[in-house]
Amino acid sequence: MPIKRRPERQPEKQLVNRRVNTLLIFVGQKLLRLGLLLIAVAIFTFVLLSLSPIDPVQAYIGADMMQISADQQALIAERWGLDQPFWNRFLDWLGQILQGNLGVSLVFNRPVSEVIAARFQASLQMLAIAWLLSGLLGLALGTLAGAVAGSWIDRVIRLYAYTLAAAPTFWVALLLLIVFAVSWRIAPVCCAAPPGVLSQNVTVWQHLHHLLLPAMTLSIIGIANITLHTRQKLIEVLHSDYVLFALAQGENLWNIVRYHGLRNILLPAITLQFASLSELFGGSVLVEQVFAYPGLGEATVQGALRSDVPLLVGIVFFSALFVYIGNTLADLAYPIIDPRIRLGGQMNR
Amino acid sequence: MTSTIDPAVNLEAKTSSSLQQNPSRTSRRSRTLAAIVLGTLFLGAIIFSPWILGESGLSTVLTQRNQPPTWSHPFGTDWLGRDMLMRSLHGLSLSLRIGLLAASISAFIGTSLGLAAGTFGGWVDAVIIWIVDVFFSLPHLVLLILIAFSVGGGTRGVIIAVALTHWTNLARIIRAEVLQVNSADYIHLSRQFGKSSLWIARHHMMPHIVPQLIVGLILLFPHAILHEAALSFIGIGLSPHLPAVGIILAESMRHLSTGYWWLGVMPGLLLLLSVKAFDWVGENLRILLAPKTSQE
Repeated sequence: MPIKRRPERQPEKQLVNRRVNTLLIFVGQKLLRLGLLLIAVAIFTFVLLSLSPIDPVQAYIGADMMQISADQQALIAERWGLDQPFWNRFLDWLGQILQGNLGVSLVFNRPVSEVIAARFQASLQMLAIAWLLSGLLGLALGTLAGAVAGSWIDRVIRLYAYTLAAAPTFWVALLLLIVFAVSWRIAPVCCAAPPGVLSQNVTVWQHLHHLLLPAMTLSIIGIANITLHTRQKLIEVLHSDYVLFALAQGENLWNIVRYHGLRNILLPAITLQFASLSELFGGSVLVEQVFAYPGLGEATVQGALRSDVPLLVGIVFFSALFVYIGNTLADLAYPIIDPRIRLGGQMNR
Repeated sequence: MTSTIDPAVNLEAKTSSSLQQNPSRTSRRSRTLAAIVLGTLFLGAIIFSPWILGESGLSTVLTQRNQPPTWSHPFGTDWLGRDMLMRSLHGLSLSLRIGLLAASISAFIGTSLGLAAGTFGGWVDAVIIWIVDVFFSLPHLVLLILIAFSVGGGTRGVIIAVALTHWTNLARIIRAEVLQVNSADYIHLSRQFGKSSLWIARHHMMPHIVPQLIVGLILLFPHAILHEAALSFIGIGLSPHLPAVGIILAESMRHLSTGYWWLGVMPGLLLLLSVKAFDWVGENLRILLAPKTSQE
């Protein structure tokens, strides 16, 4: 009965179908790209490590090298397939990785995937607090500086941002450690829990107490970039014709920032904040080193200092995944903030 | 809220007045020049300080242990009575030299790859862009640690790691510049007139690329130096008997909880100042060299 059917139903249904299709295509593309990226990282890492002068047998045995005869060393090398040609070794290794076997960490004597999972759990809260704080504070400071551009407030904020952009991350961490932990004694000097307390007995408050200073350090450093970009963007918006028009209509500055400014600066700010996950990860390596916080960054340093190749490779893969997820989340956030943007760009115009 | 809109108006007023009054124009230019000269002098003084000041103050004086900053020891002394200012200058000089070397290699790689990608195009461009993308997909510090570790660490490891990871941005900038200039009308015209590719590269490309390269190189230095310091700090970089600034800061960690704050604060402050000096020189040089702002 074609006459009874409501004409407006059909397009709506089509629209929903099309959106689902776009989303599926988007996810498919993203997964394909991720696969290609991880293969590229795998090739890169493998070539780099096989060119390196580090002898895997020696790295494995360590200080006991003198007690192991040359025959036994050759036996280990043969058992590990080190006598095989380059391509065989690579494909063998890639096959194991594809099955989810990242090997066993030499430092922690546990499977690499377990170590990464445990360490990342410890780092995740710190990273999340730092990421949120730096994003919100950076946006607020940048908006304030941009709104009153040229005033002393703007100058102070800019000086702060430029100085922090040039400051070494680990030095800022040292400064905060000196001020808060050594001089004022309101924060712990190290670690993720008080010494002598079993990990299952740590209270939420103690946990947070040890978490806060590293997280604060990371967020203080992360603020600089987003503040400067937000400020620049807001100044551009305030010099536009539509703001001039709004001013002519008698709108005040606060409302202009709220209705015209924020909407236009949110998108670049979010892109920047998701893209900063890469910097954040790097920063956490240094900050965890200063605060002796047992997270993934500290494990990275341990792996490199004690020649733990499986762990280091695992962390390289994981960090690539981490950065990639950040960028994908930014892509997903665009259409929510700006309805004019569709997933997949030119696909459904 | 007229005050917020005013900057645009102000700017116009300023430029028109500066066109009328020559003095303000020259002062802008000479201020930029002065900033470049001052910054370069400061950095030069730090780099050459070990040769100028010699080894004085570096010997162990056990009677002068752990002195807080005073006039005779502006940075205090360490647990062996060595003067921290002298140690910081020696360490920073070493760090700056390593950073300069690594950044220069990096700039060379970036320029070559950027030029190759821009001029040859096709699969060469695709491969180079792909390599740049792979580099951007890993956190920079993780990449640095991986490379420094796999070439065996030490001074050589730091230089290779920093040199191999800082070229990506410069390569992208140079590539974009080449592509843009290549599609310009006057290049087509030049080709039609029968000028050789070499002549075009020499007379049309060079004037555009060289300023980008100089500014890009100088703005690379701070990153290279900070990353060198970071690698040395976590212990993958220079060996502990080479007192680079990262090593000095790592050593100070052991003495912080006892309250000797100057061991960590002062060397870091000097490092921060030199990084800012590089930024300052780079930005002012950009203003001077960029066609848009050079005449202001």
